Amino acid sequence: MGAATETFYSVIRRQGITRRSFHKFCSLTATSLGLGPLAASRIANALETKPRVPVIWMHGLECTCCSESFIRSAHPLVKDAVLSMISLDYDDTIMAAAGHQAEAILDETRAKHKGQYILAVEGNPPLNEGGMFCIDGGKPFVEKLKMMAEDAMAIIAWGACASWGCVQAAKPNPTQATPIDKVITNKPIIKVPGCPPIAEVMTGVVTFITTFGKLPELDRQGRPKMFYSQRIHDKCYRRPHFDAGQFVEEWDDEAARKGYCLYKMGCKGPTTYNACSTVRWNGGVSFPIQSGHGCIGCSEDGFWDKGSFYDRLTNIKQFGIEKNADQIGMVAAGAVGAAVAAHAAVTAVKRLASKREDADHNS
Amino acid sequence: MMDAVARPAETEPDLTAIAADAAGEHAVGRPTVYVYEAPVRICHWVNAFSIIILMVTGYLIGTPLPSVEGEASANFVMGYIRFAHFAAGQVLAVFFLARILWAFVGNHHSRQIFYLPVHRKQFWKEVLHEIRWYAFLEREPKMYVGHNPLAQTAMFTGFTLFVAFMIVTGFALYSEGAGIDSWQHRLFGWVFAIWPNSQDVHTWHHLGMWALVVFVMVHIYAAVREDIMSRQSIISSMISGERQFRD
Repeated sequence: MGAATETFYSVIRRQGITRRSFHKFCSLTATSLGLGPLAASRIANALETKPRVPVIWMHGLECTCCSESFIRSAHPLVKDAVLSMISLDYDDTIMAAAGHQAEAILDETRAKHKGQYILAVEGNPPLNEGGMFCIDGGKPFVEKLKMMAEDAMAIIAWGACASWGCVQAAKPNPTQATPIDKVITNKPIIKVPGCPPIAEVMTGVVTFITTFGKLPELDRQGRPKMFYSQRIHDKCYRRPHFDAGQFVEEWDDEAARKGYCLYKMGCKGPTTYNACSTVRWNGGVSFPIQSGHGCIGCSEDGFWDKGSFYDRLTNIKQFGIEKNADQIGMVAAGAVGAAVAAHAAVTAVKRLASKREDADHNS
Repeated sequence: MMDAVARPAETEPDLTAIAADAAGEHAVGRPTVYVYEAPVRICHWVNAFSIIILMVTGYLIGTPLPSVEGEASANFVMGYIRFAHFAAGQVLAVFFLARILWAFVGNHHSRQIFYLPVHRKQFWKEVLHEIRWYAFLEREPKMYVGHNPLAQTAMFTGFTLFVAFMIVTGFALYSEGAGIDSWQHRLFGWVFAIWPNSQDVHTWHHLGMWALVVFVMVHIYAAVREDIMSRQSIISSMISGERQFRD
């Protein structure tokens, strides 16, 4: 690589827009924003000199579903995000360079854009055996991750893997796959969970950062509030059926055909924070519940270890045998009930016996 | 009107007796002692009523009734059940809070369910005695004006701790619908720092319900049994506030 830093202006020119049109755009923008005549030249200057935000996209233990989702973004189109908005300097899955050439870009970006670039991480590092379960460019991924994180401006944790651990961290987690916020603790991390996250949510987060030059507002768990502050359930189009008390009881019953609520079929919509029921998937075509299947809660922490996707009540494994809260509660209540009854019986017998004793004494 | 005039004259002598009882620790030798003040009794029955509603509606939220027929817009079954649950939950929370406040101003019996004198050897000895009494190993129970030490332990864990847990997790779950800008989320959102997936909070809240079911069973059985077997009144005391001793 080694090319001069690409600015927004050079991208605009590359897309066939003349310098004259560019200046017209700057003047028009300044006028419409109500800024003075000097502002037009300042805007032009900024676009000519401000570099596009360099993004390094790394892959740890993952399945590439995040990348698959990302490249299907419709608003904005992924080509606009990758080719115009950001400068995707490194992504070993989709970049042309390979081997030493590719690895050289990492060092170059780190040196040239120290504290300026965004590190996007898909997947997570396994920590067991010194990180030997994920070797990337001859080194454990965890080392590469720490190295690149050191000089990054901010880090995006793509998907459930980077955010929570996902299936490779499922019990007993032999490779000790660890979400990145447990490995990197000194940098702001934006979690964009989902398995995969919604394409538009991914490009939306990238667009926000490049447009405003700052990170979006995050919630308590480090997720962007604009996409993760409400549950699937809160905006589900089947919600009226939930409130009415109309539920699918079997996958092939009349209620399923009528599109009733999938609550009883174990839909995790009521405990899952994501934008599926508003943004939807594949350019807004559909989302799991609309297709007749409950939400599996793929953007939630530990969703892979919470028992069946089709149970309403979560199975609890801490008690040795797998049972849900009602089964455990009923056994406990039954045992205590039996104990109470037995205790009452013994009390009654004792009381009778003592009464007879008293009667004997009196006579 | 007549009633209102006549009453103070009737209750006047009682009031002085009450004041004396509240000051005096030992009730031995007195036939009745005023133990549970009106706010304590009101809180007890409001909480009891709320908890029953919360258990029934809570169970139905976890395991909903069979589907209803007709248009969704014509039905609101789940909505009403959830409304009853949230309303009863907030009533419980308010009266629980009121009960805590009363512990500061009420008599010393009103404080009993909020602490355990775990550092006192005598306390544990008496707990042991009560256990032995319940295990039919003691012939005679001891007499207490308020809760006996075992009952105090049961009330502290079974009621105070469990209900506090249910109120905290309940408001946290409620904040999911109320939104992250709501006061419920600001006050109780930290629950999701302990269990990031609210599915776990649901499960714990559900287990808490069963813990309370067990507590209620033991509580009612113990109250009925003590009322019959022990040397003091129990059930009527929570209505009149007065504890009768009989020997």
